[in-house]
Amino acid sequence: MDYFAQQLINGLVLGSIYGLIAIGYTMVYGIVGMINFAHGDVFMIGGFIALISFLVLVSVGLTAVPVILLIVLLVSMAITALYGWTIERIAYRPLRHSFRLAPMLSAIGMSFVLTNFSQVSQGARVKPVPPIVTGGYTLHEGESGFVVQLSNIQIVVVITTIVLLGLFTWLVSRTRLGRDMRACEQDQTMAALLGVDVDRTISMTFVIGAALAAVAGMMYLLYYGLVDFFMGFVAGIKAFTAAVLGGIGSLPGAMLGGLAIGLIETFWSAYFSVEYKDVAAFSILIVVLIFMPTGLLGRPEVEKV
Amino acid sequence: MSASLPASSPPASNGSEPVGAGFILKKAVLSALVALGLFSLMVGVRTEAGQSGQLEYWTRFGELASLVGAVFVGSIVVELLRLWLGPRGGLGSFVPASVQSGLSVAGRYLAPALLIFTLLVPVIFYNQRYILDLGILVLTYVMLGWGLNVVVGLAGLLDLGYVAFYAVGAYSYGLLSTTFGLSFWICLPLAGILAAFWGVLLGFPVLRLRGDYLAIVTLAFGEIIRLVLINWQDVTGGPNGISGIPRPSLFGIPLTPGPDGLAAMLGIPFSPTHRIVFLFYLILALALLTNWVTIRLRRLPIGRAWEALREDEVACRALGINITTTKLTAFATGAMFGGFAGAFFATRQGFISPESFTFQESALVLAIVVLGGMGSQLGVALAALAMIGGFELFRSLEVYRMLVFGLAMVLVMIWRPRGIVGHRSPTVFLEKSKSISSDLVKEGHG
Repeated sequence: MDYFAQQLINGLVLGSIYGLIAIGYTMVYGIVGMINFAHGDVFMIGGFIALISFLVLVSVGLTAVPVILLIVLLVSMAITALYGWTIERIAYRPLRHSFRLAPMLSAIGMSFVLTNFSQVSQGARVKPVPPIVTGGYTLHEGESGFVVQLSNIQIVVVITTIVLLGLFTWLVSRTRLGRDMRACEQDQTMAALLGVDVDRTISMTFVIGAALAAVAGMMYLLYYGLVDFFMGFVAGIKAFTAAVLGGIGSLPGAMLGGLAIGLIETFWSAYFSVEYKDVAAFSILIVVLIFMPTGLLGRPEVEKV
Repeated sequence: MSASLPASSPPASNGSEPVGAGFILKKAVLSALVALGLFSLMVGVRTEAGQSGQLEYWTRFGELASLVGAVFVGSIVVELLRLWLGPRGGLGSFVPASVQSGLSVAGRYLAPALLIFTLLVPVIFYNQRYILDLGILVLTYVMLGWGLNVVVGLAGLLDLGYVAFYAVGAYSYGLLSTTFGLSFWICLPLAGILAAFWGVLLGFPVLRLRGDYLAIVTLAFGEIIRLVLINWQDVTGGPNGISGIPRPSLFGIPLTPGPDGLAAMLGIPFSPTHRIVFLFYLILALALLTNWVTIRLRRLPIGRAWEALREDEVACRALGINITTTKLTAFATGAMFGGFAGAFFATRQGFISPESFTFQESALVLAIVVLGGMGSQLGVALAALAMIGGFELFRSLEVYRMLVFGLAMVLVMIWRPRGIVGHRSPTVFLEKSKSISSDLVKEGHG
């Protein structure tokens, strides 16, 4: 039971990270109708920028951990958002009316560019960081000596995710931009006719998605204490799985799917085998797409001729 | 610089912005600022784990400045080019239809010429092992491209996990030959059959999926195969792979220096080049077989059904074409050729490991097919030559290889989304075969 509780905590934390990335996939899919294959690599870039800004801040002489974390968060969100904007501008916008496979292939190309760019600019070796947020609470101590722990970093990850989700939900449901986004999702032509700047809205979608991915990257860095240039690929596919599981196009679905994937992966590693945890995640993707293509909260797609 | 250009020429459809020196400069400054933002931390600061495991960093403002400068200049050049080439979109629409049809006429003579040249390569470059090896590599990718072309180009099913079948073929031969001692010529069809079987296995569940979803599922499938190969250590040898895979023989006659080898039999002095030449002709024969089968299949009902499926699945179903068999045969045929290529790869290398079957490999083959113009056999061959040859040219810049590859993929999609040979020759025609620009057809709904 204690072991189960511990895994539950770990799974929820991992799931929060996946959920943050999954929102980027689901938003872009909802509005532009393409799989942003490079999104996983945007997450990786976010992790790198968080790492670098953290290093610079520490060497400048800042010591207050909350201040550092806040600055790192803002810097990595800002720069990664710029990456998202640039990617959309360079690789996707010219292809918006091209044939269907073109954006997908362009996205794969962009994913290679980002992976290789960070490999070339920051080296291929794994970058470890010392634990930044330390300490935690012991929730329960079992008779066998197994301790259920909730570390501070886990609390930070979950709270940040909840706050960001609240902010994001407010953005989508209450602001002008959010209304534009929802309008574009339903019908781009009609939205344009009614005075919505479709180009700008799509750009902002990518910016927001990238910013959330940057937060996920930073959380990953804090939680696992390392980044490397290849981490975006697998994390990206898993987050995409989460988006599909939750029902692509649905924002709460993305978060729900993220949590589900995080839990499944953690429990699979804990009770079956660590080696096959990625296989489990990918198999879920296949199974969900085959038997439940609309996901948990998605709307069925109508086939038009 | 820009003053000498006809800046007054009206930019007809390119939005409403006036194109002048000021506009170009403003755009360049903006691009440079964006580049500064993008590269500030990623390039300007370099991190590395130091001796004690502690991360260290140092600054690289010189590189940062030169990159930003390059973006500034590049932006000006791009804008000037756009001005010069006219307001219409990219280079893709710039190539007139007459040039395109001229290309297709040249293509009629290019293919036989290319084939004759390929046949002569081992004769001309007999003493240059490097070129022969490169030729084998290019031909392997030509074969993979032609195999994937059946799935992507003809049936319009986007497959991002093609390398899985390549792996199945390679591991089939590797395992069958090292454990049971079967010869290459027995294993080759077996590898093809096994790969085709896996193709059907993948095909069944994805029958209902289309477009992007299909792509992601095939990608997941490819990754699952690779992960299983890594982790199922008892059978596959895990990350260490399989070594000591036997070399192929000329129908039982080994290409070895011994008394029963081919050289001794023919009474000529032994040379290791014999084997390379043999491998060259072997992969050439396999590739030509793929091509021949594909061309023949296109004229059979099943090939027509594939192309109909690519154009419109709903209409296809309405006309009574059995979607299930059509999709499954496409997957199986494509996978079979992938399996053949895999078996060849295993026998050529003598060693295989999961590292050779990553997603990058799938993407490379897919890029070859797309760049080749999806469905054009000649285009795929040319694209494979350009890609693999290009990779070799940039070998000294190894680290930048994938960067250039990715950028090339993006640029090709922007400028010529229909590939190098962007036309279609219809398989059925009334009086005279006219090739159609593939801008006029749609695909990828499968």
